[in-house]
Amino acid sequence: MVVVRVSDDALALACGADAVAAAFAAAGATVERVSSWGMHWLEPLVEIDGNGFGPATPADVAAILAGTSPKAIGRIEDHPFIAGQTRLTFARAGRTRPLSLEDYRATGGWAGLERARAMSGEDVIAEVLESGLRGRGGAGFPAGIKWRTVAAAPLSARAPRRYVVCNADEGDSGTFADRMIMEGDPFQLIEGMAIAAHAVGAELGYIYVRSEYPHAIAKLEAAIALSAGIVAPFVIEVRAGAGAYVCGEETSLLNSLEGKRGEVRAKPPLPALEGLFGCPTVVNNVLTLVAVPHILRADGAAIYAALGVDRSKGTMPIQLAGNIRFGGLYEVAFGITLDELVNGIGGGTRSGRPIKAVQVGGPLGAYLPPAQFHLPFAYEAYAAEDALIGHGGVVGFDDTVDMRAMARFAMQFCAAESCGKCTPCRIGSTRGVELIDRITAPAKALDPVGALPQMHNAAKAVRSVGEDIALLEDLCETMKFGSLCALGGFTPYPVLSALRHWPGDFQ
Amino acid sequence: MGGGAAGESPQAIIADAPLAAIIAAHVGREGPLLPLLHDVQAAFGCVSAEAERAIAAALNLSRAEVHGVVSFYHDFTEVADPRPCVQLCRAEACQANGVEALVPVAEQAAGTRVRVQTVYCLGLCSVGPAARVGDDLYARLDAAALVALVENA
Repeated sequence: MVVVRVSDDALALACGADAVAAAFAAAGATVERVSSWGMHWLEPLVEIDGNGFGPATPADVAAILAGTSPKAIGRIEDHPFIAGQTRLTFARAGRTRPLSLEDYRATGGWAGLERARAMSGEDVIAEVLESGLRGRGGAGFPAGIKWRTVAAAPLSARAPRRYVVCNADEGDSGTFADRMIMEGDPFQLIEGMAIAAHAVGAELGYIYVRSEYPHAIAKLEAAIALSAGIVAPFVIEVRAGAGAYVCGEETSLLNSLEGKRGEVRAKPPLPALEGLFGCPTVVNNVLTLVAVPHILRADGAAIYAALGVDRSKGTMPIQLAGNIRFGGLYEVAFGITLDELVNGIGGGTRSGRPIKAVQVGGPLGAYLPPAQFHLPFAYEAYAAEDALIGHGGVVGFDDTVDMRAMARFAMQFCAAESCGKCTPCRIGSTRGVELIDRITAPAKALDPVGALPQMHNAAKAVRSVGEDIALLEDLCETMKFGSLCALGGFTPYPVLSALRHWPGDFQ
Repeated sequence: MGGGAAGESPQAIIADAPLAAIIAAHVGREGPLLPLLHDVQAAFGCVSAEAERAIAAALNLSRAEVHGVVSFYHDFTEVADPRPCVQLCRAEACQANGVEALVPVAEQAAGTRVRVQTVYCLGLCSVGPAARVGDDLYARLDAAALVALVENA
C-alpha cells in the first residue's frame, strides 16, 4: 500500500493539510503525519517515496496517486530550497514523525544527552563554550558563559535549587522556528534542556510557551510524557503564557512563571544568579537549546564552530516571511546576505512588485532597504548598521508599503505591549505615535497645554515638520538608552531606520 | 489593602463547586496563578471579581495582587463575552500581505454578532494573512475567505 506523508504542523493545518490527509486515507493510502519541511508556499506538501507534490488540495489526490499531477516538484531533498541549506537544528524537518521516539532515536536522537551524561557538567560547558554558541533569542549572549555562571552560583536556604527555563514565547512577527521545533521535533528541545540541566545541576525545567501556540503546547506535553523516563531525574513542565509580548523578555518571563504581572525586572541581579523564585536559572531560547544536542555529539563542538563567520558561529534558522514568494524555514551558516535570502532563495515578493524594505529581527528590528542587502547575516555586521538579527525573522515588503505607517505601528505596538514598568517605554511609545501622527498632519495651532505660562520648556510657536522629526529622533534616543529592556530600547530601531532610509515617506 | 478574604474562610467564599475544583487542582503547585487563571478563564469565559476573591484567599494573596495579574494579560477578561471570536493577525508580516485592507471587511461581516479581535502573530508569517478561531487556524486569507470565516464563526 502506498504511504503518503503529510505534515501536521500548525501552518500546514492552516493551509488545509487535514482535509488532504483525510482524502488520501479515503482513497486507500496509508497516511503518516510528519513534521514540515519548511517550504511553506508548497503547504500542504504531500510526500510519496521521497517525491513531493504541493500545494495539494483534496481535488489533487487522484492525480497525485496516479502520478499525473502537475503539482509534482520532484524529489524533495533535491529541491534547491532544501539542498542549499545546512540543516542541523532542522535536520529532521519533514523526515520524522514528531512524537515517534523510534524515529527520533533512529536519526541520532539522545546521542548528545548520553554522551553529555558520561561527562562532568564542567566538561559539557567547556564544549558549549568551544562551539561558540550564542543565544538565539536575540541578544546573542554566549550560552556557555551563562551556563557557567549558573553552575557556579552558590545555593542557599533561600535559593535551594537551580532551574532550566526555555523561552518559547516566540512573539516576534515573522518568526516561527520555535513553533516548528516544538511541533515538529519536540524531543530535540527536551534533549537540549536535559543536557543544560546536567551541565548546571538542575532537576526541574519549565518551557514557557505563548498561548497563541496551542498545537505546540499539546505536542510538547505529549513528548514530555513519552520521554519522561529517558530524561529522568530531570523533570520538565510546560507553562502557557497569556498573550503578553513582553513576556518574551527573560526577566518578565520569570515573573510570569512565578504567577506575577509580566513586568521586567531590573538587572542586576542576573537571572543566572537570581532567577526563577530567586534561584540560579538558565533562561535560553528554543533555538539555543536545540543546537545543544548537536554540539554534544562527538566532535560536534568543532563542527559547529567551523560554521559561520567572525563571532557568529554555527547555523541560524532564518525565517522568510511576509511578502516573499518562497517563504519558509531556511537554516544556513551565518554570513549569508539578504540579497541571497530575499531575491535568490525567496524569489522576490509574492505580490510580484519590487521589494522596498525588509524587516529583520521582528517588531523591534530595523527596516533595511535594498541598498543594504549586501550585509552578511551576523550579529556584529548588523549591529554596526544599527540593525539586529534578533530571532532570525526576515519580513519582506513590496513598494506599496508606507514606511511612515510602519514606524507608527512600531510605536503603537510598543504602547500596546509595554509592561509599564519604565517611563521611556510606557510614555515614550504613546508620545511617539502622537508625534508621527503630527508629522503626517502638521498642527495648525499651538497646543493649548504647551501655551500655558507655566510650560516654560514648551515651544511657543507651532513646530515645523523638521522640528517634529528632530523631536522624534530625540525621543528615540531617550527610549533607546533609558528603557529597562529591549521592548522600549529597540522600538527606535524600526522607527529610526524608516526615517533614515525613506525620508520621503515622512514628508 | 486588597485582602478581600480577611476573616472569611476560603470555603465560605467558594460557593461555586467547579471553581473550587479548579482552585484545588492548582494549590500547592509552584507558581500556580497563571495556569489557574487559564483554567478559570476557559471554564467561565472570564475571571470575575468573585473568582479573584476566591483565588486570592486560596493562594494567600491580596485581591489586588490577583486583579493586577488578571488585568495585565490580554488572555484574561473580567467579564465574559459569549460571542464567537475571530482572532485576526495584524502584525508586520500579515500587514506585508495586506491584512489592513481586510480589517474593515471583517468588521462589516462581523457586525455585533461576532467579535473580531486583533492579535499580534500566530506564527504563520509566511502564509499570511492568518486568523484563528478557537484552536483552528486559517492562512492565505483573502476578503472572500475571511468573510466566510466570520460568517461561519
